[in-house]
Amino acid sequence: MKKNKKAFNKGSLITLLIIAAVLVLTVVLENTINANSLLFTVIRKSAVYSLVAVSMNLLNGFTGLFSLGQAGFMLLGAYTYAILTIPSDTRESIYYLFQGSSFNFSFVDLFSSVFGQQGAGKTVSLISGVLLAIICAGIVAAVFAYLIGLPVLRLKSDYLAIATLGFAEILRAIFQWDKLGKVTNGANALRGYPTFADFNITNANGQIVFRLASFVPLLIAGICIFIIVLLINSSYGRAFKAVRDDEISAEAMGISLAKHKSLSFCISSFFAGVGGALFAMFASTVQAKTFTSAMTYEILLIVVIGGIGSVSGSCIASFLYIACSEWWLRFLDNTQYIGGKQVPLLRNGFRMVVFSVIIMIVVLFFRKGIMGDKELPDLFNRLLNRKKKVTVKEGTENE
Amino acid sequence: MEFFISQVLSGISLGGQYALIAIGYTMVYGILRLINFAHGDVFMVAGLFMIYLSSSLPVFVSVPLVIILTVALGFIIERAAYKPLRSAPRMSVMISAIGVSYLLQNLALYATGGQPKTYTTIPFISKTIKILGAPTRIVTVITPVLVIVLIVILTLLINHTKIGIAMRAVAKDFETSQLMGVKINSVISITFIIGSFLAAVGSLLYFTNYPTVVPLSGAMPGLKAFVAAVFGGIGSVPGAVIGAFIIGICETLIKGTDFSVFSDAFTVALLIVILGVKPTGMCGEKVTEKV
Repeated sequence: MKKNKKAFNKGSLITLLIIAAVLVLTVVLENTINANSLLFTVIRKSAVYSLVAVSMNLLNGFTGLFSLGQAGFMLLGAYTYAILTIPSDTRESIYYLFQGSSFNFSFVDLFSSVFGQQGAGKTVSLISGVLLAIICAGIVAAVFAYLIGLPVLRLKSDYLAIATLGFAEILRAIFQWDKLGKVTNGANALRGYPTFADFNITNANGQIVFRLASFVPLLIAGICIFIIVLLINSSYGRAFKAVRDDEISAEAMGISLAKHKSLSFCISSFFAGVGGALFAMFASTVQAKTFTSAMTYEILLIVVIGGIGSVSGSCIASFLYIACSEWWLRFLDNTQYIGGKQVPLLRNGFRMVVFSVIIMIVVLFFRKGIMGDKELPDLFNRLLNRKKKVTVKEGTENE
Repeated sequence: MEFFISQVLSGISLGGQYALIAIGYTMVYGILRLINFAHGDVFMVAGLFMIYLSSSLPVFVSVPLVIILTVALGFIIERAAYKPLRSAPRMSVMISAIGVSYLLQNLALYATGGQPKTYTTIPFISKTIKILGAPTRIVTVITPVLVIVLIVILTLLINHTKIGIAMRAVAKDFETSQLMGVKINSVISITFIIGSFLAAVGSLLYFTNYPTVVPLSGAMPGLKAFVAAVFGGIGSVPGAVIGAFIIGICETLIKGTDFSVFSDAFTVALLIVILGVKPTGMCGEKVTEKV
């Protein structure tokens, strides 16, 4: 027993070291190679997607609630973040179709009036304003999730999927409604709020001294995922798994189904909302029409590729998924010539076709995904144990 | 008054078109317990087939060809994406269905280049006529008639033929009917063929009223048709048809008011109310869960 505990720590330690290495490597790379490289777009986007994928995994993989509302909660988070942080003086020009916004304050302005507009004060007000707005984004999504969950969580598997999908579609329609234009800017985009690029450290002339634009999303997503992992390993997480494995026996063991389902739904939506806020920062504009059901499908497919019920699988899969779709397969979208001959079929959109075929192959033939329901620490532990066994064996043979 | 009549008429017609999609959902769900997420996209692809075929062929050739191609598509989807997962958990099959839907949307995006494609005018059914003083298209009148004829045929098929009996048996108990010598795979294939056939007919009628087809055109009608199927009691054909008509009429009536944004919201709200009050729908059979 004691040995197991020790091995567990070793595996976790390796994982933690890898995460730290990735973070450091990102900062180093960002400041040494061309900052416009697609690699950084991939890193930022996959950080956002891995957070959303993990939040969906918490619901689908750990609580067994098949929900397809993730894009809707991301939309809520993204809009909340944007509305709360657009600087007051640019609001007039962004909401020009609706003669200004009905909200006329912004967290960043609020804090900069406290901490000052220059130097360190500006940095502090930016960070605190953005963080507060991100948390608010999560809270708004969680509150909506609670309200939506009241009727919806009574539904069984496939009905729940359809109902949450429907809710996401409704939210998208409502946010584009003209009568809410003063708040949501109708079908037009919201922009001008702080994005990841604002976290690059600049000198007095506005030149970038130290780039942090890819480190920040990784860090925020990493902290959120860490909190989710802590939750999964707590008694709540075990209750979620019990609900997933068998509702009836879980209830018989004294686990309140309604309470735990609602809790899982709210927490998952909270992090989906945070993910939405990060997505807004990544995309630098927010528009309701980007949060389609296709987005939810993408996230679901990431979860499936990574392995339903594996947090580290979701993170790895989201990096691979985004890297494939944004970077590695991009050559498929342009006409290519091999030996002077034009390669047939290659034109805009072919990338996504190839990509979805790959996904279908994974779904059909590799149903467990990359990680199954294992985590990275488990994997390392197994590797370590195997080595140990091998050495032990060799030892006995020598005797 | 004229406005109201024309609204109700187009509502009935829309309901008929939803009904044709909803039957595909309800039959597949009845047999496989699977929400075929790709069904709405099959419907959209049928629309695209029509556009591409009719650009080079006369209408009376392309209409049957569209139907044949859509049926083939439905058959291939079932064989390629659902059959390998027959013994897998239900969630895997549903994810596979979502994957197919994603694939079809991306294929459509690739084929159209992201541009909305103008739908072909089918000469006879897009003519404008007047009913009770309200101007409307012939398709509005034809749809309900056609729907009723098709459904009578389908009901006869289900109730009085050998394959119909097999379908009902498989829907009742998958494993026992297998033991009794029912060829499950052919029954499921035929279900998908019928569903795709009706979706193709529905798409011919539906897109006549809409100017363009885009890769996402199938998503919303698909969702509504599914709600219609649930409303009527999933697994029951007449229930799905009644549900579809109710949803179609309510939707067009709401679209006529100031709250047109909420016409889609209404459908989902209806789904939740139905599932809360009577989870088996109007005509569904009651199932008790055994521990």
